[in-house]
Amino acid sequence: MADINAKGALTAPIFKNNPIALQILGICSALAVTTSMSVSLVMTLAVVFVTAFSNLFVSLIRNHIPSSIRIIVQMTIIASLVIVVDQILKAYAYEMSKQLSVFVGLIITNCIVMGRAEGFAMSNSPGISFLDGIGNGLGYGFVLMVVGFFRELLGAGSVFGFTVLPTVQNGGWYVPNGLLLLPPSAFFIIGLLIWAIRSFNPEQVEDNEFKMKHNTKPKEAV
Amino acid sequence: MAQGNNSIKKILIVAFSLCIVCSVIVSTAAVALRPMQQLNQELDRKTNILNVARLYEPGMDIEQAFREQITARVVELETGDYTDQFDADTFDGFEAARDPATGRTLSGPRDIAGLSRVENYAAVYLVGDPEDPEQIVLPIRGQGLWGRMMGFLSVEGDGNTIVSITYYDHSETPGLGAEVNNPRWQSQWEGKEIFDEEGDLNPAIRVVKGSGSGVHEVDGLSGATLTANGVNNMLQFWLSPEGFGEYLARFRSGVDQEDAQEADVELEAEGA
Repeated sequence: MADINAKGALTAPIFKNNPIALQILGICSALAVTTSMSVSLVMTLAVVFVTAFSNLFVSLIRNHIPSSIRIIVQMTIIASLVIVVDQILKAYAYEMSKQLSVFVGLIITNCIVMGRAEGFAMSNSPGISFLDGIGNGLGYGFVLMVVGFFRELLGAGSVFGFTVLPTVQNGGWYVPNGLLLLPPSAFFIIGLLIWAIRSFNPEQVEDNEFKMKHNTKPKEAV
Repeated sequence: MAQGNNSIKKILIVAFSLCIVCSVIVSTAAVALRPMQQLNQELDRKTNILNVARLYEPGMDIEQAFREQITARVVELETGDYTDQFDADTFDGFEAARDPATGRTLSGPRDIAGLSRVENYAAVYLVGDPEDPEQIVLPIRGQGLWGRMMGFLSVEGDGNTIVSITYYDHSETPGLGAEVNNPRWQSQWEGKEIFDEEGDLNPAIRVVKGSGSGVHEVDGLSGATLTANGVNNMLQFWLSPEGFGEYLARFRSGVDQEDAQEADVELEAEGA
């Protein structure tokens, strides 16, 4: 059974069950770290690492976790992994850790990590949980890279720091769109991305919670 | 889930052993990587000092270049004299400001840079001969739009002409305020003069909107007025007699000791 699911656990979260686009989790950090692609990439790697290993460790000890303290146990494991990632970045990618600043630490509060630990790793074997963690990290990273691509290209005229559209500040012709460098712009891009994914996969469209009547007059609505 | 997991004994055992394992992992990582992290911070600081002095070239040996060309000294800001009370290589101005023995509290109109506490001593970096430096690199810091900005300002040996400015730690908006580190913006600082007339201890340099013309004016950042104001304010503070004014006066010609002392008296009167 594990064999059948292994590929699905790894790839389903990227398009079919994307943690950001379908479950709308982890939006906060997706708004904050997507101003440039290199920062998005490092954040993706950090989240992949944390989700994969938190899933693995939670799954390994899942039969010994008392249900009354299971959330705290998961948080402790996640928090320890995040601190380790933060320390490694400070030691080996100092420039990058300066740019990511608090957002590495805030992976602890990323709902994707917690959600997968509670929703998947608590009831599955370690191997498949590990793959599920990698898959969800990649799904998160996929959205991050797409958002980061548009924000960096249109906001700063570059991709991975290489100039594509020479900006006016540097003597070129492209007037960068300042809005795209601010966090709210990621909302628009994520919204458009969700629209695109759901147009492609109509089964992701949720049913309306209620139907609006045709031609409702204001006094009828009240 | 196995039965009996919810007994108090089991809960305590799981919680306790998890804490031990996690704390060992975290502390191992922190202790093992600390030397590397400190090395990075140190290297980053030195790179920025070399950068602002326009000595930095990609791929150079930072440690060696720093050792050969730069001497760090600690200055007592009030008198502008060097002091050997502290080790200049490890002196941290921000820490010194927090310590009641080496810092003081600023309030009201005197706190133009939004610092709230400022150190009485500061580390300066002298390029070339420490007795007659080619350049003097001064640490500056102050409030920008989103938070504290930390940087360096390098001044030529005459104590008046600016070489460059750079910020190594800030949280300004990328593309707008963060353009303080754009080489094109930095380059217009070159050759600007801090003080207008001989003997005056108050800085004349300004960051202005529109076209910065003249030898005391620097063009602001379009779309980042508040960051530019922050830069302006911190220069007003750090180059005044509260900051490096007295120290820079040592290098400037035409400031005779009498004028400097007069300014001291005025400053004390204000302080009282």
